[in-house]
Amino acid sequence: MPDTMLFAMEAALNGLTAGVMYALVALGFVLIFKASGIFNFSQGVMALFAALTLVGLQSGQVPFAHLINAIFGTRIHYFGWTLPTLVAIAGTVAVMVAFAWLVERYIFRHLVNQEPIILFMATIGLAYFLEGLGDVMWGAEVKRLDVGIPQGMSGTVDDLTFAWFGYGFYMDTLELWAALIAGVLVLSLILFSQYTKQGRALRAVADDHQAALSVGISLRFIWVLVWSMAGIVALVAGMMWGAKSGVQFSLSLIALKALPVLILGGFTSIPGAIVGGLIIGVGERLFDFFLGPIIGGATENWFAYMLALVFLLFRPQGLFGEKIIERV
Amino acid sequence: MIYREAGDFKTTYAADNQTFPIKGDRFAYYVVLAFALGVMPFIITDYWANAIVIPFLIYTIAALGLNILIGYCGQLSLGTGGFMAVGAYSSFKLMTSFPELSIVFVVILAGLCTAAVGVAFGLPSLRIKGFYLAVATLAAQFFLIWLFTRTGWFFNYSPTGMITAPTRTVFGYPVTGPRASAVSMYLFCLAFLIAVAWLARNLTRGTLGRKWMAIRDMDIAAEIIGVNPLTAKLSAFAVSSFFVGIAGALLFTVYLGAAEAGEAFGIDKSFLVLFMVIIGGLGSILGSFLGAFFLIVGPVLLKLLLVDNLRWPSDVAAHLEIMIIGALIIIFLVLEPHGLTALWRTIKEKLRLWPFPH
Repeated sequence: MPDTMLFAMEAALNGLTAGVMYALVALGFVLIFKASGIFNFSQGVMALFAALTLVGLQSGQVPFAHLINAIFGTRIHYFGWTLPTLVAIAGTVAVMVAFAWLVERYIFRHLVNQEPIILFMATIGLAYFLEGLGDVMWGAEVKRLDVGIPQGMSGTVDDLTFAWFGYGFYMDTLELWAALIAGVLVLSLILFSQYTKQGRALRAVADDHQAALSVGISLRFIWVLVWSMAGIVALVAGMMWGAKSGVQFSLSLIALKALPVLILGGFTSIPGAIVGGLIIGVGERLFDFFLGPIIGGATENWFAYMLALVFLLFRPQGLFGEKIIERV
Repeated sequence: MIYREAGDFKTTYAADNQTFPIKGDRFAYYVVLAFALGVMPFIITDYWANAIVIPFLIYTIAALGLNILIGYCGQLSLGTGGFMAVGAYSSFKLMTSFPELSIVFVVILAGLCTAAVGVAFGLPSLRIKGFYLAVATLAAQFFLIWLFTRTGWFFNYSPTGMITAPTRTVFGYPVTGPRASAVSMYLFCLAFLIAVAWLARNLTRGTLGRKWMAIRDMDIAAEIIGVNPLTAKLSAFAVSSFFVGIAGALLFTVYLGAAEAGEAFGIDKSFLVLFMVIIGGLGSILGSFLGAFFLIVGPVLLKLLLVDNLRWPSDVAAHLEIMIIGALIIIFLVLEPHGLTALWRTIKEKLRLWPFPH
């Protein structure tokens, strides 16, 4: 097999794992969009906030330390304890659930029946707010996140591919784990929505708000539930990205990468989010691999959007989205 | 007592169709115009010009442009930052390639270049709608910025990748470059703003504006009654990008003086202008002014309060500022989803009846 083919295959494989990450963020979008019709721009910042909270809890940081120091002239930064990872994760989940409740209670309850663009703007406002809050609460410096997932080159993949092709592929163990965890997460989400009472209510709301209301499903509860689920998905995404490249502001930008994924997969489809993520992940790596050197590199900044744009021209509702039927 | 329509009789159709049919409005408009042209140039200082007035003028032009696209034609766009970059880079190329060309024409030509790019990226709007279109315009944002940072021709192969505006004069007064005075920069931007606002107002109340609004309200129905969606949508993209391109050109040549695409025209600029349009009020010329004013003055006031008065470290203040702006936007949307114009409309209704509310 020629070397270029092997390199391309390696790039594609790495693209697959990157695609899993995109899919994770896109999943959070889809959950909220299906249940409430809100295009939640703050999903990426939620991931950042969750990761910041996780690091903060884990290392025993004092929340709002910089602010307190600025007001009172004190010099406090740490409580002086460290929490085990699992406890910190549980704490973060609690924070995200509380956040979901606050968002429903103080923002979206008042915006029922507004136009979609108003709701969208509210989530951009929310994104700004959360971004500022995360920085004020936990400090803006880049933080290392260690949740006990092994990192570095995966020896198994290297050995295996070397035995097959005579060339060892480079893959990060962390990304393999991320793919595994994402798989488990998606599976549990599917099980939850198919086999539990709340899951069925969730699907009913996604199908038709008014019909769901009329059979006695509490929309408010479902919204809190779905925002909490999105928060937990954001936490997982934030953990994976954070462990890979440190918890920092650029993490919130992955949300922007999730948008073309959504377009490709369709706004309302969970399998669409996953397949779309994988296509974008592989596509941008291969494109950069083959054409990047010719047209100047760093094509991954825009390739996903262009792919989505071209794709939309042929299929405006995405791969798995519901067919758009328009009536006057 | 103050604000009355009663007794304001119109005797001709022209009088009935004028932009400000109510005497109070007309009077207020002339007062503001006279103040902006006659008083401001004499009292403006460098600090006020740089911190508030010039950004306000420039962003109002951008907000007017985006308001035409979103508020009047209903096409959601997140590519404003990229289109502003097109205006900035085309004005730079024009200024350096044709040094004898007047800056006024440079800015207008930059606007026309942006309009062409805008139409190209507006083509998908014929097939896709709503949020799908919004994400598609993000393609414009990221692709254009990438193009301007990667292609040497656009920044004349300068080693830093920055573009710098050379000095240009209008009637002998420098308006760009380091020697430009606050007054000349102010008047230059103001002239463009007045022209753009006049154009926007008259376009939106004419045939074209009605076509846009028909498309916005329901595109299929509009098509059935004979509005051509191709020309309506693309003309909205063209006019909108023309204004946004002018704003980008002014931002670079007059205000910044030197710029780098990724930093000066990133996605946050797109959101900033979008916020202005939403907070000001969709589909309103006045709203663009109010929204731009709110979002330019707000952060300056916050910074004055936090850094200069309370003496908090500037990094904490900067983060708090983002947080407060986010919160303000949410509070605003919850209390008044239709923006500052709706607030103004309520005030007018109240004023009409005052002091006898029944």
